[in-house]
Amino acid sequence: MPNDDKFPATRYGPAERHMAESLVEIERQMLADPQEEDCDCKEGMFNGLTRRGLLAGGLALGGGALIGGRAAAEAPPGAVEYYVQPDPTKEQGRLILQDGGYGSRSQFESEVRWRYPTASIESSWSMTPLASGHGIITPSGLHFERHHAGIPAIDPRTHELILHGMVDTPMRFTMDDLKRLPAVSKIHFIECSGNGLTEWDEPTLKTVQGTHGLTSTSEWTGVRLSTLLEMAGVSDGAAWILAEGADAAVMTRSVPIDKAMDDAILAYAQNGEAIRPEQGYPLRLLLPGYEGNTHIKWLRRLEVSDKPFMTREETSKYTDLMPDGSARQFSLEMEAKSVITFPSGAMKLPRPGFYEVTGVAWSGRGKITKVEVSADGGNTWQEASLEGPVLPICHTRFRLPWKWTGEQAVLQSRATDETGYVQPTLSELVDVRGLNSVYHLNAIQSWHIAEDGEVTNVHA
Amino acid sequence: MFMRNLTVVCAIALATSPLLADESGNGDTTERTSAALPERLEETGERAPMEPPKSSAETVGDIDISSNAFGIGQPATEEQISAIDIDVMPDGQGLPEGSGTFADGKTAYDQACAACHGSDMEGVSELGAPALLGGRGTLADESPVKTVESYWPYASTLYDYVHRAMPLQSPGSLSPDEVYAISAYILGRAGIISDDPETTLDADSMAEIEMPNADGFVEDPRPDVGGNE
Ligand code: HEC
Repeated sequence: MPNDDKFPATRYGPAERHMAESLVEIERQMLADPQEEDCDCKEGMFNGLTRRGLLAGGLALGGGALIGGRAAAEAPPGAVEYYVQPDPTKEQGRLILQDGGYGSRSQFESEVRWRYPTASIESSWSMTPLASGHGIITPSGLHFERHHAGIPAIDPRTHELILHGMVDTPMRFTMDDLKRLPAVSKIHFIECSGNGLTEWDEPTLKTVQGTHGLTSTSEWTGVRLSTLLEMAGVSDGAAWILAEGADAAVMTRSVPIDKAMDDAILAYAQNGEAIRPEQGYPLRLLLPGYEGNTHIKWLRRLEVSDKPFMTREETSKYTDLMPDGSARQFSLEMEAKSVITFPSGAMKLPRPGFYEVTGVAWSGRGKITKVEVSADGGNTWQEASLEGPVLPICHTRFRLPWKWTGEQAVLQSRATDETGYVQPTLSELVDVRGLNSVYHLNAIQSWHIAEDGEVTNVHA
Repeated sequence: MFMRNLTVVCAIALATSPLLADESGNGDTTERTSAALPERLEETGERAPMEPPKSSAETVGDIDISSNAFGIGQPATEEQISAIDIDVMPDGQGLPEGSGTFADGKTAYDQACAACHGSDMEGVSELGAPALLGGRGTLADESPVKTVESYWPYASTLYDYVHRAMPLQSPGSLSPDEVYAISAYILGRAGIISDDPETTLDADSMAEIEMPNADGFVEDPRPDVGGNE
């Protein structure tokens, strides 16, 4: 390899070396980019927006960290650094369409997803900053991610979906075909079943982003999978359907055909625009209430069968090991769960007084019917108010006014869903499942408030 | 380690930055790296709306909404399906022709896999590459070790996964013979099949393999915990 001397094998594995080499190449291209000034003037829309601002907005973190002086990272990711008027009532603000026709968030907002430090950077995850969230929708740019092999860039013009196996007519659909079919829009959460996996044994991560940030809610628009299955004609005896992605993991999961026929959506839109690349652009399978891994992104193939396919992600991974050495398989539905997002870990309440305790609750089995909040570690509970709309299989916002007296407190929330299921305590879960099941932790979360107002993650 | 990874993540952010993308892609060329802005309409200068999506069907098909016939989409041919139908099932369905020996597998493994998974398949934790061997009999222990040998219920999954997703930096690059050979080597080293250098795996023998933890999996019994109102 040309860069062997730069990235010696003693310090870099092959994967890292590959990445480091691309980094060098990218930097070289950037520094040599001859078209740099071209795009500013396109259609005369970038008047007054500095090249630097644009770069900072587009490149954010990377630009600053890598190129030093060239594109200092003043603006947070997703924002553009604009001139700040000392008195905005005394001079004109920036001109319309200075953003090119696609808006960005304020340069004074900087919440970002946080990558859990997995050893492999290709197979990793990033978490939603729930503490700063409002309402029930997660901004698309803050939706959590879990990729096993990076994020492909796929041109929708060439992307196709093939539906085959136990069907009368195997079919092929372009993205245009799918967009011609009757569509539905539904607001649903997606939660990775690994959400909270660090928290079984002892309180490990400090913030609600770390303990619960693998759940997010979006409005998803697309075609019902049942529409396609009916068009192709499902054969008798069909029981499972394989969904396969077009990423480098060629991610696959088996889905019960009943679920596929019931409420599965082939989603091409998220929160009113095309689905984000990290979320599966141009096409993602949405299985309301099922564990996140089954919502196959970059969907390219569906195969109907009479048996599950037993892929790696439903045998080696996403199976729950029990104390007796057996492992539960196809634990697909996400059970009811809730968490207080304010106040939450690593915050500090400035002084005693009024606070609105708030958070989100969700269930893969339907609507949330009740959320109770305790300030004394679960001895007494008070019902929180649920903010409408309360939708099935969707984050539900709860709120409760609370007076902090300045004494120690342990805040908890407990959700009940429309099946009557009540969110368990951690010790109830551990009693049955032990400490090695990794996935599907939906226990009540405890936040300790110290006398100085410090909020910490505790097991109570 | 973490900081170095972070830098690399930044590189990915750079690589995917729209500013670096070639903006020449326009019109109907299929190879493009980004979309052009919507055209402007004459006179008013408004942005053109999206074009109504075209159905790929050659002809206007029968349309009967009640029976879910829309005349949209087209039949997939055998070739189109087989070009991407790569899954392999426990009963051997999907296993391609070809074969490979334990000895060839060792060569291929040392070349394509050992750097990440270790020459004794012990895994390299800094790379996130799991151990492939060991752990048999530990699943009920306090610290269970889950590997291909100790945990995986079906040998078909090994073929399927290695072929589709490994080696990590060039997935899908191995020929069927190589995947059979590497599977023979891994399963031979695991003591699941013979570790004689001549031991050969092909579609038939692969489907016959009984994995140690084949009976280790149970159906989801939930709700198993949690009160009920
Ligand atoms: C560049 C490093 C790298 C190379 C080379 C590599 N792997 Fe991997 N392998 C990984 C990583 C990282 C994972 C975990 C992926 C994940 O969890 O999504 C993995 C996972 C696996 C798994 C699944 C293990 C489990 O318990 O779930 C198997 C099997 C495997 N690799 C086999 C191979 C074989 C065979 C080769 C050679 C053909 C190979 N790998 C080459 C990095 C590598």
